[in-house]
Amino acid sequence: MTPIQIVFIIIAAVTLGSALMVVSARRVMHSALWLVLTLLGVAILFALLDSRFFVVVQVIVYIGAIAILIIFAVMLTRHAMSDEGSPLNRYWWAGALVAAVFLASLIGILSTWGNFSTQVRTATQGGENLVTLGLSFVDPSGYLVPFEVASVMLLAALIGAVYVALERRGEKK
Amino acid sequence: MNFATDPMNSIIEIFRGWLLSLGVSSSWAQFILFVIGAGILATIPMLITLGLIWAERKLLGRIQDRLGPNRVGPWGIFQTMADMVKIFTKELITPKNADRIPYNLAPILSVAGVLALWAIIPFGISIIGVNLNVGVLYLIAVGGFGTLGFMLAGWGSNNKYALLGAFRAIAQLISYEVPMAISLLIPVMFSGSLGMADIVASQDVWYIVLSPVAALVFFIATIAEVGRSPFDLLEADSELVSGFNIEYSGLKFGMFYVADFLHAFTVSLLFTTIFLGGWRGPLAAQYPWLGFVYLLIKTVIVWFLSVLIRGSMPRIRIDQMMFFNWKVLTPLSLGLLVTTALVGKAIPAQQTALRVIGLLIMNGLLLLITNFIWRAVSSSKVRPVVTAEPYGGQTTGIKEVSS
Repeated sequence: MTPIQIVFIIIAAVTLGSALMVVSARRVMHSALWLVLTLLGVAILFALLDSRFFVVVQVIVYIGAIAILIIFAVMLTRHAMSDEGSPLNRYWWAGALVAAVFLASLIGILSTWGNFSTQVRTATQGGENLVTLGLSFVDPSGYLVPFEVASVMLLAALIGAVYVALERRGEKK
Repeated sequence: MNFATDPMNSIIEIFRGWLLSLGVSSSWAQFILFVIGAGILATIPMLITLGLIWAERKLLGRIQDRLGPNRVGPWGIFQTMADMVKIFTKELITPKNADRIPYNLAPILSVAGVLALWAIIPFGISIIGVNLNVGVLYLIAVGGFGTLGFMLAGWGSNNKYALLGAFRAIAQLISYEVPMAISLLIPVMFSGSLGMADIVASQDVWYIVLSPVAALVFFIATIAEVGRSPFDLLEADSELVSGFNIEYSGLKFGMFYVADFLHAFTVSLLFTTIFLGGWRGPLAAQYPWLGFVYLLIKTVIVWFLSVLIRGSMPRIRIDQMMFFNWKVLTPLSLGLLVTTALVGKAIPAQQTALRVIGLLIMNGLLLLITNFIWRAVSSSKVRPVVTAEPYGGQTTGIKEVSS
């Protein structure tokens, strides 16, 4: 067994374990923190595949932005410290069923994909070619349209956030 | 490669040969070397911090017309050792209702977030922890861990003052990340790479010459990220008991303290690497250790400047901090990004002298325009005069008086 395989097994176990803890932790805040660990585990899996861009993007976007936003939201809710109620409600079985069906269909679809049983392939030595990645975002035959649509949507969200937060004249006093 | 020109890599190769001769397989040998390298890279900054804390306290003392540490050893040089021993022997108090795991994880995360930055800094042409092709993104990503550490500290302490302190700290950190990230894009545009080694290698002309405004924005943003004066309102010693770390004692407080001092030096190191040519200098390409010396000299100069600012600037208020970030630094860096792109396209990179002059003129113009707008805005906005009344009855005690 190579050291990479040992690291992989440890990281995979930690990621799956903390993913379970996200849904089973009793305090919302703890769920958020377990989520950070899960996302970090995924980032390390990317690192094992030598995909450096995805490691860093995973950490910036998911841990640096989304997880911190979630933690902020949880911290500002009431009783975040003392919420000890059961995380389950009457319909927990329905949620479990949907999740199981979704997992089964994902595995089913992926198993028909040709590369399902191939050996692990790492990214090119030294990480991805970022220039190619960047060019494909501005290439009309590449991903220009999805990229621009996403940009416009983010801009709209930004303007909407400013509008919601805007202090209207005369409303303050 | 021989020992005189490149001692670091020769030692690595000798050690690798020794491991292989013991019958260790090459992948395990690589793994062991990685572990040892990471251990060394994480230990040296902690040792440097011992000297840094003493030097900074001594310098601040001289700036404020005091002697600074002067009892333990010559010039008080062993003061940090004495402090360290004291901090090791202090009791580790955990508040009764604290959330244990976040509370104990926070100091570790804040130190780790700083130490992780050292992994991508090129200390010489061939001395670098890892030459990440996304080095600049990595810088910003690792900053997120420091933020997370502050947040866990504030929340885990189960103390409303710690939580408020954490909110203040995080508001500042995530705000100043914006101009910092934008100003980092300019070196990336010049070098055409996100890797730190490539950024250093492409600095035939230092980037501080090509884009002084980007360097200025980055420098200010890093001071705010470290939380140093004039941005030290997150733990204003003279007004608040402390910030997010109010419930920490002994070694756990010491870790926040070390992270703070080390962060100040690390951002100087980053500034040197990105804007001052890193290890570049005469003969540095032939003798990597010479590049390390150059890097150290430049870093100490930048670090000294930040200590000088810390010792001489008054603290700003929280609204001024936000105003300065969102209404001055962010538009300035965005405008700079656009002008740099335009000038960079208009003048090809071969005509170095013309390019430098063009970029300098545009940078100067941008600064002038910003200064003009700032003055116009700040003179048109008159703050209301507030007077305090004797407290009593149902009045709040504060009344606004129209000016």
